[in-house]
Amino acid sequence: MLIFERSRTGCTNPSQAPDDDSDISGIPTSLLRAEPPIIPSVSELQTIRHYTRLSQKNFSIDTNFYPLGSCTMKYNPRACNKYAMLPGFLNRHPGSSDRTGQGFMASMFELQEILRDVTGMAAVSLSPLAGAQGEFTGVAMIRAYHDANGDDQRDQILVPDAAHGTNPATATMCGYQVKEIPTRPDGDVDLDSLRQTVGPRTAGLMLTNPSTLGVFERQILEVAHIVHEAGGLLYYDGANLNAIMGKVKPGDMEFDVIHMNLHKTFSTPHGGGGPGAGPVGVNERLRPFLPIPYVIDDGGEYRWAVEEDCPLSIGRLSAFMGNAGVLLRAYVYARLLGREGMQRVAEHATLNANYMMRCLEDKGVEMAYPGRRATHEFIVTLKSLKEETGVSAMDVAKRLLDKGYHAPTVYFPLLVPECFLIEPTETESKEELEGFVGALVEILKEAKADPEMVKHAPYTTPVHRLDEVKAARELDVAWQIPEN
Amino acid sequence: MPFIPHTEEEIRQMLDAIRVSDIDELFSEIPGGLHSGKLTSVPSGISEMDVGRIMLARSRQDGHYINFIGGGVYEHHIPAAVWELTTRGEFYTAYTPYQAEASQGTLQLLYEYQTMMSSLMALDVSNASLYEGASALAEAVLAAARARKKLNKVVIPRTVNPRYRKVVESIVRNQRIELVEIPFSVTEGTIDIDVLRAFDKGSVAAVVVPQPNYFGLLEDVDTLTDVAHELDALVIGLVNPTAMALLRPPGRWGADGADIVVGEGQPLGIPLSSGGPYMGFMCCRNKYVRQIPGRIVGRTRDDKGNEGFTLTLQAREQHIRRSKATSNICTNQGLMVVAATIYMSLLGPEGLRRVAARCHHNTNILLAKLTAIDGVYRCFETPFFHESVVRLDQPVADVLRAIEAQGINGGIDLSEDYPELGNALLTCATETRTVDEIENYATHLDRIMSRRSLDPPCAEKVAG
Repeated sequence: MLIFERSRTGCTNPSQAPDDDSDISGIPTSLLRAEPPIIPSVSELQTIRHYTRLSQKNFSIDTNFYPLGSCTMKYNPRACNKYAMLPGFLNRHPGSSDRTGQGFMASMFELQEILRDVTGMAAVSLSPLAGAQGEFTGVAMIRAYHDANGDDQRDQILVPDAAHGTNPATATMCGYQVKEIPTRPDGDVDLDSLRQTVGPRTAGLMLTNPSTLGVFERQILEVAHIVHEAGGLLYYDGANLNAIMGKVKPGDMEFDVIHMNLHKTFSTPHGGGGPGAGPVGVNERLRPFLPIPYVIDDGGEYRWAVEEDCPLSIGRLSAFMGNAGVLLRAYVYARLLGREGMQRVAEHATLNANYMMRCLEDKGVEMAYPGRRATHEFIVTLKSLKEETGVSAMDVAKRLLDKGYHAPTVYFPLLVPECFLIEPTETESKEELEGFVGALVEILKEAKADPEMVKHAPYTTPVHRLDEVKAARELDVAWQIPEN
Repeated sequence: MPFIPHTEEEIRQMLDAIRVSDIDELFSEIPGGLHSGKLTSVPSGISEMDVGRIMLARSRQDGHYINFIGGGVYEHHIPAAVWELTTRGEFYTAYTPYQAEASQGTLQLLYEYQTMMSSLMALDVSNASLYEGASALAEAVLAAARARKKLNKVVIPRTVNPRYRKVVESIVRNQRIELVEIPFSVTEGTIDIDVLRAFDKGSVAAVVVPQPNYFGLLEDVDTLTDVAHELDALVIGLVNPTAMALLRPPGRWGADGADIVVGEGQPLGIPLSSGGPYMGFMCCRNKYVRQIPGRIVGRTRDDKGNEGFTLTLQAREQHIRRSKATSNICTNQGLMVVAATIYMSLLGPEGLRRVAARCHHNTNILLAKLTAIDGVYRCFETPFFHESVVRLDQPVADVLRAIEAQGINGGIDLSEDYPELGNALLTCATETRTVDEIENYATHLDRIMSRRSLDPPCAEKVAG
């Protein structure tokens, strides 16, 4: 039932709104609203019950294991939320002076320093609002760098064919053409093809390492060399930073610019699809182009860098300073972990992934890159199951929901047929990992015994398999008041 | 170690199963030279109790100010239930609802949000939110340019928030879009419509129309919309959502209404939090639905005929279309939409209208009290919503600094962004300000200004 169907004209919550005695005679009547909007008139209890019940229709980390590859669905510590939501932080208007935000800015400055160390870069700006905006920032800086050097014939960005969809979409937003670089059967970049593609039109290469194939790109230094020789810059997509935090620094892999997804590696909540935070780090040559604002320690007093501090900056990406509250959560998380804890994240994320991979392999599940070590994630291919039974990876994913597990990432990366990208994260227990392995193996048996049953899963969720074609064809994106 | 559940015994069993001797062996594919040393700038880990102590001290250091600043984000009462519900683990720790059957809670809520928001704006469609207001405006500019394929000129009046204009410039710069600024009347504080009329028909892709504008003033949105449509340009409304509970919504502007509408959703139950996270909203007419970026939720049926909700029109998005997507955006501000939806439900249409009306009422009182002071003048007589500009007979920055020492955030100094307005101060009183607080502000301002005019150079002395 929709909240609108509970609405009754005249139902108000007087304790939440001012009295109706305001003088609005200063607003011309011709500019006033004639008809009320479709916002429900319901009691406070009705609202609470409605949205509490809705929440219970969700899977979430707090209730279910979520082995979503490339998404790093780890535990979101409650302390991060509690201490980011202290009244002193929540009530501060972003337009107030730096003098009134020294406590907040100290946390931001320290977070910049922490991220600088973790990534091995020269400087960090926290302002990008999400991973995709961090990517945009990074590529925009690459463009600004070439433009500043008068190198404006560089109009191509290279991305491996396994890349996240945001990489090519971002390159386009920055006015670049996209060239795809093929991947070899063992999961590493095809260097010969890279050599043939780079040239005077290459602005840069965007790379995730460990790659989206769940393996570490072993020739990373050769890749960096080839791109740099051609005059291009190297962009690190930080989606998989959880796999190497405290072990390897992107700066040491000779990347020029990186973005981080704090909602992955630094455990800020996904919130049903945001908000994220996508800080960027740069080496010395891109430092002048960093987006504003970022925090400067000005002789013991913190202040925001503004246009005058960095005339070459690519500018401002949000009205204020990024997703401050998300950044505070990441800061609390970083302090709880500390330097030793960060290293353990990568180690145990990798341990969990390799353990799951081995358990599945031992049960006969086919790996996409069997000879390779898993990083923090790995890929299973269900191609032979599909050929044998007609049951697809998506069907198996839906059936996993029935067993209480969120599905892994399905059909990504695009170059592996019928694939699952599985990322357990470091916060899951051995017991939970084994539970998932057991469930998946059971479903593979079900698929052989009764393929039709699996094809129509799920059965225990609040709704059964939804008709997505109907949703797109008969577009219904807002409720209308029914005509009597 | 924090948040890692394994015992030593379990780790041993797992390593044995993998058939490696230790964890380091799992990193054997990483070339030896790349293994980094210790993280020297990262402090050692501390307990939750100790982190709590640090954060509490820092939040207290930032203090508590009586706030008269607006400028795009506003202090409003947030019902206690809003964040009690929003931070429930099932909302807070859920992923993007790609697996629809496991995400019906988030998806239905988004559908309800889309209904409320599109109706508040009187347009057909709302997406499930964007990052925040300024970048939402940039996305609207890009969407309009896509809809008007051969045109690349977009008109942004100077009465649009200067920070928004900068963000739009940063984001659309590399896509061959020409942003054309048009001036405002220095006496009225609103867009100079004759300048807009002078454009050639068919030369402009879109015109941005703010309501209220950055000065808090009400633009002649009907004429602006009609003039823009006569030029064959799309109208991009940029509005405050609270105001739309009281004012005629963009879908009803002029003869045909605005085409795309964006704005900052923060006033709908989202705390100020030093700048974010907030949410941008975007609504449009049906015919532009395939041009707008961001997630959209649709209502459909499952294979048993039950009603359900799913993400739809995903063919616009980066994970399907890659380099040909409408935008690189792949998040919305899901959790902020949860808060906004619950906020709107708790207030209802009548509550929201009363909030808007009280904001206007309080700002009226504020302007009356402030302009009663010697040396403080109304900058514009134009009708406003809940914010307006006063002119001082002395530099605003110094006065604001002295007021701040009294625990009051007095407003925004406009002298840098709008030098033509002189010593101009943008100030605002929402429903959260009491008459006592407004009087207190006026009393301090009066004292500070009169002392400064007697003894000008040193603000600190006054503050002490």
